[in-house]
Amino acid sequence: MDKFEPKIIAFCCHYCAYSAADLAGSSRLQYPPNVRIVRTPCTGRLEIDYYMKAFENGIDGVLVAGCEEGSCHFKDGNLLAKRRVNATRAVLAEAGIEAERLRMVNVSASMAHPLVEYIKEMVETVRQLGPVKVKEEVNQTPTGAKP
Amino acid sequence: MIVAERKTIPEMVQILKGHKKILVLGCGTCVTVCLAGGEREVSIIASALRIASRVQGLGFEVSELTIERQCDNIFIEQPAEAIEKADAVLSTACGAGVQAIAERYPLKPVYAGLNTTFLGVLEERGVWAEKCAACGDCVLDKYGGICPVTRCAKHMLNGPCGGSREDRCEVRPDRACAWQLIYKRLKDIGQLERLEAISEPKKWSTSLSGGPRGIIREDHRI
Repeated sequence: MDKFEPKIIAFCCHYCAYSAADLAGSSRLQYPPNVRIVRTPCTGRLEIDYYMKAFENGIDGVLVAGCEEGSCHFKDGNLLAKRRVNATRAVLAEAGIEAERLRMVNVSASMAHPLVEYIKEMVETVRQLGPVKVKEEVNQTPTGAKP
Repeated sequence: MIVAERKTIPEMVQILKGHKKILVLGCGTCVTVCLAGGEREVSIIASALRIASRVQGLGFEVSELTIERQCDNIFIEQPAEAIEKADAVLSTACGAGVQAIAERYPLKPVYAGLNTTFLGVLEERGVWAEKCAACGDCVLDKYGGICPVTRCAKHMLNGPCGGSREDRCEVRPDRACAWQLIYKRLKDIGQLERLEAISEPKKWSTSLSGGPRGIIREDHRI
């Protein structure tokens, strides 16, 4: 069986994690190519809907990387993001997707090594979980509904 | 405002099982303000239902729409086309909105996606509290604008009960004692003598115990 290669989106805050990812590149640190980085002005900009749409459209995992608590460029955007991530994890679990597929981490702009480690951990976690079931084709006829 | 809470996704799935084309219909009034059933929440619920459908193989086709107000016949015309196309409607309005839609579209199954909880206000971000029981016979004038019917756990009109600790209710220690608030408020506005009057038993026939209520305003009828 081919090894499952998960597709993961990393939403990275412009003021910290994105710079850390940039520094990781400049420092020639390697991280798995499964991750697509999306730069956001602040993790507080990310709505619950963004995560839901990502999963709805077949992503296997989402990593949210914001500033360390207490050092958000916009004061408390990362704390808002933390609450929204937790709320989304609850909704995802209700809908039947493992909450571990969505994770928030906090890094500063200089933390290239920890960011790379977080990315590797995330890829490994999602690989262990396997593909998201939402990718499966629906071929069952629901009870009571006309085919 | 009317405050409501979302039902869980498994509850919604259970309600909707057997239908294929589902319209999640949001309401742009009270439930938008209390962050339970507005456009944003409709989008989240629709996404969650699509995911749940694929995970469980339910075959849902979920569409979404939010209108200005579901409890008003004028606004209910707007989603007519979307409702016609759907097999079932999951309304994220309050109970009044759900029933208004069901009444307007008698052949369409309409389900509630929220639990309508109470009439209240936003106390701070993310915290809502009940303030009015819609009893139909307002007594706020006698109690300094603080409702003992709603906010006293024992609904006492001649309080306090004597069980409060500090300023907390003995039934719900997370809530303030309504009678403590009434006393303080009446003192602040110089109307403490109001408490000397004994309140007669309240007229409950205007409340739900008198059956479903209605108002007819002849001056507004055509």
